[in-house]
Amino acid sequence: MEHAASHHKHHHDDHHDQESLKTLGFWIFLVTDCILFGTLFATYVVLRTNTAGGPVGKEIFDVAGFVAETFILLTSSFTSGLAVLAMHKGKIKELITWLIVTALLGLAFIGLEINEFYHMVMEGATISTSAFLSAFFTLVGTHGLHVSFGLIWMIAIMIQLGRHGINPVTSRKVYNICLYWHFLDVVWIFLFTVVYLMGVM
Amino acid sequence: MWEKIKDFASTFFVTGDPLIYGADVAIVLTTFAIIFVLTYYKKWGWLWREWLTTVDHKKIGIMYLIASLLMLFRGGVDALLMRLQLALPEMHFLHSEHYNAIFTTHGTIMILFMAMPMMFALFNIVVPLQIGARDVAYPFLNALSFWLFFFGALLFNISFVIGGSPDSGWLAYPPLSELSHSPGVGQNFYIWGIQISGIGSLATGINFLVTILKMRAPGMKLMDMPMFTWSVLATCILIIFAFPILTVTLGLLFVDRFFGGHFFTMDGGGNPMMYVNLIWMWGHPEVYIVILPAFGIFSEIVSTFSRKKIFGYKSMVFAMMIISVLAFFTWVHHFFTMGAGADVNAFFAVTTMAIAIPTGVKVFNWLFTMFRGRIQLKQPMLWTLAFIPCFAVGGATGVMLAVAPADYQYHNSYFLIAHFHQVLIGGVVFGYLAGIYYWWPKMFGFKLDERLGKWGFWLWNIGFYVCFMPQYALGFMGMTRRVYTYGWDLGWAPLNFTSTVGAFLMGAGFVFQIWQIAYSIKHGERDRTGDPWNGRTLEWSIPSPAPHYNFAVIPQVKGPDAWWEMKKEMQQDGTKKKPVQLKPIHMPKNSGIPFIMSVFWFIAGFGFTFSWVWMAVFGLIGVGICLLARSFQYDTDYYIPVKEIERTEKALGRAV
Amino acid sequence: MRKPRLLRCIQLIIMAAFAIIVLAGCENQFLVLEPRGPVAETQYQLIVVSAILCAIVVIPVIILTVFVVYRYRDRPGNKAPYKPEWAHNTLLEVVWWGIPVVIIALLGFYTVKATFALPKPPAPTAIKVQVTSLDWKWLFIYPEQKIATVNYAPIPAGVPVQFEVTSDAPMNSFWVPQLGGQVYTMPGMAMRLWLQADQPGEYFGQGANFTGKGFAHMQFKVVAKSQAEFDKWANQIKKTAPELTMDGYRNLAKPGLADVMSFSSYPEGLFEYIVNKNGGPNHKHHSNNHGTGHETEKHDMSGMHKHH
Repeated sequence: MEHAASHHKHHHDDHHDQESLKTLGFWIFLVTDCILFGTLFATYVVLRTNTAGGPVGKEIFDVAGFVAETFILLTSSFTSGLAVLAMHKGKIKELITWLIVTALLGLAFIGLEINEFYHMVMEGATISTSAFLSAFFTLVGTHGLHVSFGLIWMIAIMIQLGRHGINPVTSRKVYNICLYWHFLDVVWIFLFTVVYLMGVM
Repeated sequence: MWEKIKDFASTFFVTGDPLIYGADVAIVLTTFAIIFVLTYYKKWGWLWREWLTTVDHKKIGIMYLIASLLMLFRGGVDALLMRLQLALPEMHFLHSEHYNAIFTTHGTIMILFMAMPMMFALFNIVVPLQIGARDVAYPFLNALSFWLFFFGALLFNISFVIGGSPDSGWLAYPPLSELSHSPGVGQNFYIWGIQISGIGSLATGINFLVTILKMRAPGMKLMDMPMFTWSVLATCILIIFAFPILTVTLGLLFVDRFFGGHFFTMDGGGNPMMYVNLIWMWGHPEVYIVILPAFGIFSEIVSTFSRKKIFGYKSMVFAMMIISVLAFFTWVHHFFTMGAGADVNAFFAVTTMAIAIPTGVKVFNWLFTMFRGRIQLKQPMLWTLAFIPCFAVGGATGVMLAVAPADYQYHNSYFLIAHFHQVLIGGVVFGYLAGIYYWWPKMFGFKLDERLGKWGFWLWNIGFYVCFMPQYALGFMGMTRRVYTYGWDLGWAPLNFTSTVGAFLMGAGFVFQIWQIAYSIKHGERDRTGDPWNGRTLEWSIPSPAPHYNFAVIPQVKGPDAWWEMKKEMQQDGTKKKPVQLKPIHMPKNSGIPFIMSVFWFIAGFGFTFSWVWMAVFGLIGVGICLLARSFQYDTDYYIPVKEIERTEKALGRAV
Repeated sequence: MRKPRLLRCIQLIIMAAFAIIVLAGCENQFLVLEPRGPVAETQYQLIVVSAILCAIVVIPVIILTVFVVYRYRDRPGNKAPYKPEWAHNTLLEVVWWGIPVVIIALLGFYTVKATFALPKPPAPTAIKVQVTSLDWKWLFIYPEQKIATVNYAPIPAGVPVQFEVTSDAPMNSFWVPQLGGQVYTMPGMAMRLWLQADQPGEYFGQGANFTGKGFAHMQFKVVAKSQAEFDKWANQIKKTAPELTMDGYRNLAKPGLADVMSFSSYPEGLFEYIVNKNGGPNHKHHSNNHGTGHETEKHDMSGMHKHH
């Protein structure tokens, strides 16, 4: 019996180590993602004025649209924080509820972004119009793809929470998705400033 | 219908060259032979269970090694074809487009599909054993890294027979690599082959960084780590900072080619020079990524075979860290001739030269490790000794190239070609070969034959100097790289001919090495001790080849050269040995997902290459499903019971 | 038995190589080491200085390697000291951190000096030549003489020549080894490079950056003549050669090889047109930001082209 207990404890420790290792790896992954976005920002800044006769930012950016996107994404970052708080308190229903709210806000963000892109393309501002627009669509689109990927991941985690409850594995996953979500929020703040605000000014 | 199929086939398959038909036949025959052997001996299940689904770092390392040797063969054949074409002026052996494709694939394969996997092979086999760990931090991710590399390399290599090879240079400068000048699918193969394997490399960087930081045996402080582990740490940091830039750069080129973007085009406001900057912001750190582990290997070997502590350990570590930092501030020296201002060129010239300082320090430390030691001229040591003068000269020409105004005369000439081959062959290839000879017994349990190895060694070395010394001179004669032919009037013929002879000598050296491996499998000296070289680090404390859990008991480390100190202690204590308590060992389960997911990546890459959107989407959905499937897996590990450990250890001749 | 046969094989190869060297004649021309103008001369001197400074480190290293391996090799009865725990010596380490630092500092000093000095032509340049790399040929425009040539470029000897280079094809590099080092020809940018031939003569030039199928054939001659002969030649071209029309240029720019050609005229502002159509205005914008823009977008070796 004693052996089984120590075995169990041992098992538990192994798991704990494993999960903290994975979180560390995820942080380092975020570093690489940071560099990825940094490079995209750099190309955007270089090509920002190369409009080749096509529209400039001022003509195509819709202020109401991108302000709404910003507001929604910031809010979703806040709600994802609330989800982690609920997890620490061990309240699984509250946790899943906040995750659902976060995902819905994320979905709204993606919807608005698709709408924005759609209108631009309809007005003839496509990815192949000019270097400026190539850089714009690639930078903002990459962020959008990240958010979409995060949404699918978040839904998968919600299902897993329903199946397994809060345990070291699921809490690590919730922690990491929320980390990812905050990261995307920070990237968006840069996008908002460098692309949209500086674009309409 | 028939006509349509014929049309399709004539663009889909590469046709019209006897060399390629020969390759086609060879590929088909080899494939059938492999399938036949596997079926006849009923080995499919074995292949799947033991190799394709393994998450064992040692097996993954061996697969990396095999793949990299195959790629060395292919890259080498490319090199020999080029040297044949250049042996004499106005040769008609290869025509221009064929030559261009060959030098492109030669460069890409040698750096990305030969050097990188050979490096990862040694990472995988050695690092966990050296730090006293049972596996890497993320064994599943490790397997995924390998299969991504494998299928990326496969995608790149099939361009040889399907669709056509890329032919705009190994770094694919636009606008030459843009749709406007390279309309074929070759460039797409290039993008996706590298992109897919690049994701794997990035994951390996993260994996080994965490492994080294978090999974060292108890008591092993950072400053107790073996030098090779230190070099892997430095390399991983470089990978983490450099590879995302490559991902983005190739991604943007893909946007240009697939969506009609204007990042690097001549029209639409594109900026081709930005690509050159971006690719070298990855490309320069990349050469340090491949050379630093070689430095680590030399440090291990010099110390072991001089039977002496490594000289100036702290200096060595410090030098490596300086190199890693400086690596990110030298990229402009690849294009001084772009005409950036004198201030910019001067800055990058000085940073580039400055790298020679820590590198030089390392060379002196190696020399003084040997000084007052007892040098055994075994194969790993031979390669290390060949490296020192070769790399010293290569480094010196590197410093000469760094002198910006003088570089205007060397740039893109054969002087440059000779320089980087000297540091890449003399440094990286010699280093990895030394490492392979050194750790071979640990991988397979037998040593490689000395006599055949010496043939290989001398052919490689003599061949190297015969091949590349004339190329320095050719650079001074004004011969530029990437010309597929030249005239009789230029006076380049004798040196080119000599160079070709040298290349074939190196090729012969490689043949001897393959022979050596084949011969040693049967007749090689078995390693029954686990410590054939009287080693100093922990990997030599366990049997060769290591059991799948590596260490029955995780060692307690008290300082650098852990195994050396343990051996000394054991001698002092005599036979007094503390009984050890075995515990069940926690291990990761094998998984087929890395393999399957990489197959889907391959399908997606192939689809993007031919602009078959349905196929690309299918592949990406497959990748997504694999990711989700993994996310939902909770039963990913198991325990090895004590009885089984005891049984295994006894079978390996170890008292427990 | 195997050994002698292999040796004989190697012997045969060496003999063949020797025969080729003799047959091809020893007219080896080390162009970079035989400078014929001030720019190439400066660069040659830098090459020599850097080679010597490097040799100061490399040769002792090689000698030391041989010595150490010989003296400390593991053989019975070796009386050389064996100190397996000797792994640190502050003085030694200071020495081998110090020496490379001094050498690199010295070389760095020369490099920086030359890097800043070289781009500046000694006096107002005597003549301007506009160079365009095409697929796979070189177009030379003489704006002062109003003539153009393909794949050969006569210049007056003894005076600095201002080359202005661009590309209407993938990036190439303009290199005349005996006159001086190269500069990239980039679409949408006009880079400056000044060179000078001290003596009349023919100088080998070529494209140094890979541009595809016909790249190996992008060789040209720079022909330095005395001023009088140069003027005579220019007049002759003006009188006898055909015109280069816009259509003619478009044909010339199509991928393919070309022989040596001369034209008595070219469309007005052709060079500026080429630069502008490949994105010149974008690059102009950047350079104007930094106050180095010229009347058209000209970047010279000292005019920083900023887009890093």
